[in-house]
Amino acid sequence: MIQLFKLKKNGETATKGTTKRSSAAQLRITKDINELNLPKTCTTKFDDPDDLLNFKITIAPDEGFYRGGKFTFSFRVGPNYPHEPPKVKCETPVYHPNIDLEGNVCLNILREDWKPVLTINSIVYGLQYLFLEPNPEDPLNKEAAEVLQSNKRIFEQNVQKAMRGGYVGSVYFDRCLK
Amino acid sequence: MSAEGIRSRQFSCLRKILERAGPVCHPDFEPSAEILNFISNDCKVLVIGAGGLGCELLKNLGLMGFRDIHVIDMDTIDLSNLNRQFLFRRKDIGKPKAEVAAEFINKRISGCNVKPHFCKIQDFDEDFYRQFSIVICGLDSIIARRWINAMLVSLLVYEEDILDQTSLIPLIDGGTEGFKGNARIILPGMTACIECTLDLFPPQVTYPLCTIASTPRLPEHCIEYVKLLQWPKENPFECSIDGDDPSHIGWIYEKSLERAACFSIRGVTYRLVQGVVKNIIPAVASTNAVIAATCVTEAFKLASSCCSTLNNYMVFNNVDGVYTYTYEAEKKDDCFVCSPFFRVKYMDLPHDGMKLNEFIEFLSGLQYQMKNPGIVAAFAERNRTLYMSGVPSIEEMTRDNLKKSLKELNIINGTKLIVTDVTRPTPLEIVIRFSEINN
Ligand SMILES: [Zn+2]
Repeated sequence: MIQLFKLKKNGETATKGTTKRSSAAQLRITKDINELNLPKTCTTKFDDPDDLLNFKITIAPDEGFYRGGKFTFSFRVGPNYPHEPPKVKCETPVYHPNIDLEGNVCLNILREDWKPVLTINSIVYGLQYLFLEPNPEDPLNKEAAEVLQSNKRIFEQNVQKAMRGGYVGSVYFDRCLK
Repeated sequence: MSAEGIRSRQFSCLRKILERAGPVCHPDFEPSAEILNFISNDCKVLVIGAGGLGCELLKNLGLMGFRDIHVIDMDTIDLSNLNRQFLFRRKDIGKPKAEVAAEFINKRISGCNVKPHFCKIQDFDEDFYRQFSIVICGLDSIIARRWINAMLVSLLVYEEDILDQTSLIPLIDGGTEGFKGNARIILPGMTACIECTLDLFPPQVTYPLCTIASTPRLPEHCIEYVKLLQWPKENPFECSIDGDDPSHIGWIYEKSLERAACFSIRGVTYRLVQGVVKNIIPAVASTNAVIAATCVTEAFKLASSCCSTLNNYMVFNNVDGVYTYTYEAEKKDDCFVCSPFFRVKYMDLPHDGMKLNEFIEFLSGLQYQMKNPGIVAAFAERNRTLYMSGVPSIEEMTRDNLKKSLKELNIINGTKLIVTDVTRPTPLEIVIRFSEINN
């Protein structure tokens, strides 16, 4: 019989096992991908089904400012996944306070709040939320953030202009309506 | 009265057991006042599930002197829970079970500190689970049981191939179904685990998604197709399926008939549709009480070492009188979950002419009971994705593989496959062995 009381009294719980054994990026991403459970506004695209480390996910929001648009994100999963988050870039030029013109995305779980227990699914939900609730507090595109804070109607018009294809201020956006 | 004074009165009965020797004690038991301190202050218990069993478990643990308790449950309280989930009241309907249960126990049992987690077990990682001394499961989901079982096995540390017992977290698992129940103790890596005894579970009839979607043969396949794929797509009533709503069952019945006609399958009946859709598990309060009492008694024995523990599987049945029986479930040496991680896991298949879809059905069958396996072949040069049903873009690109034989997919004796499934926290790496090679 195992003697919990004595075991725990003498030695603390073993912690040598903290090195994760079989969590190579490949294994883990296989699981993440197999268990993707995306909202119906999202689609995936794998150029090569054998390469699960590089893929694209397209989000077509069905509500909010960005309704009717279609935005594609590229995912690059590095060798340290899931200890480091994947690199995610927005490939569709978008007028958004938390996405800059190079496609960098400001989402907490892609940086400071990333935890290995999070999955590709969690990121997609996070991205989808960015389109529903753009957050002017923590901007990457300062101009867009200022407009959102000062006048929601103008912000909405700007988003529409950008999604139809055209200039907002001096910046040109490609059409990205569905 | 001082807090310590109250406490010594609160648990005076336990102290009689823990501070005195007796003829039924375990031979190695050394009575001492330290043991109650260990139970109260150092023995951290995780309860998974705050439903019928969970309410009983939490109450029992609190009354047996455990104070450092965590509880995980992802559900909210429903009106139909109130007859047996006695920590909940009408005013609590809609609130998270874990939170209401924790609050109730903390208020009712002084000194007890239950910490609730309103989420899925899959939301936590190794570091979270490693902090516990004992895990007790009161779940109705086999998938979740298998997941936590594999998680606890993954925490085991081996020192030169010898299991380091300090890394072991016992799992006590309770389950009930109507008037039947069972309780068991699993010492991961040492005694039979959930996966070793998978064939004990009433083979839950589930069908691989690829069969349901592309090659249905049974009337159940057609019903599952409508339930899993057509309903969410067409969403005929703008809500999820309610098995008690005749219009819902009627819709599924009609669509299943249509699908069955396409594949010339006979046998879809209204009753069968009801059976497949509802999949009801009745709940009996007294069965929960018996099983939870057994589980917590075993937790107490494990924590105190005062008496021998259950060895290791107890069945209980009060359908017709009261019947109970305990036996030792056997550990499988080649178990895919609990055999030591450094040992290569082989999967024996009859011959390499087996088609990939037959292989997937094999994985979903009685022996492995996987739900939705994704399969990748790890070839020396690079990995090759053989099939994944969950991701439409990959499913489309790999669908043709289903009809190919393993041989045609270049799988030979010794090929390593990576199989991932919701029943496991990490993918399974297996090496294929064929009994027969077709030329
Ligand atoms: Zn096992």
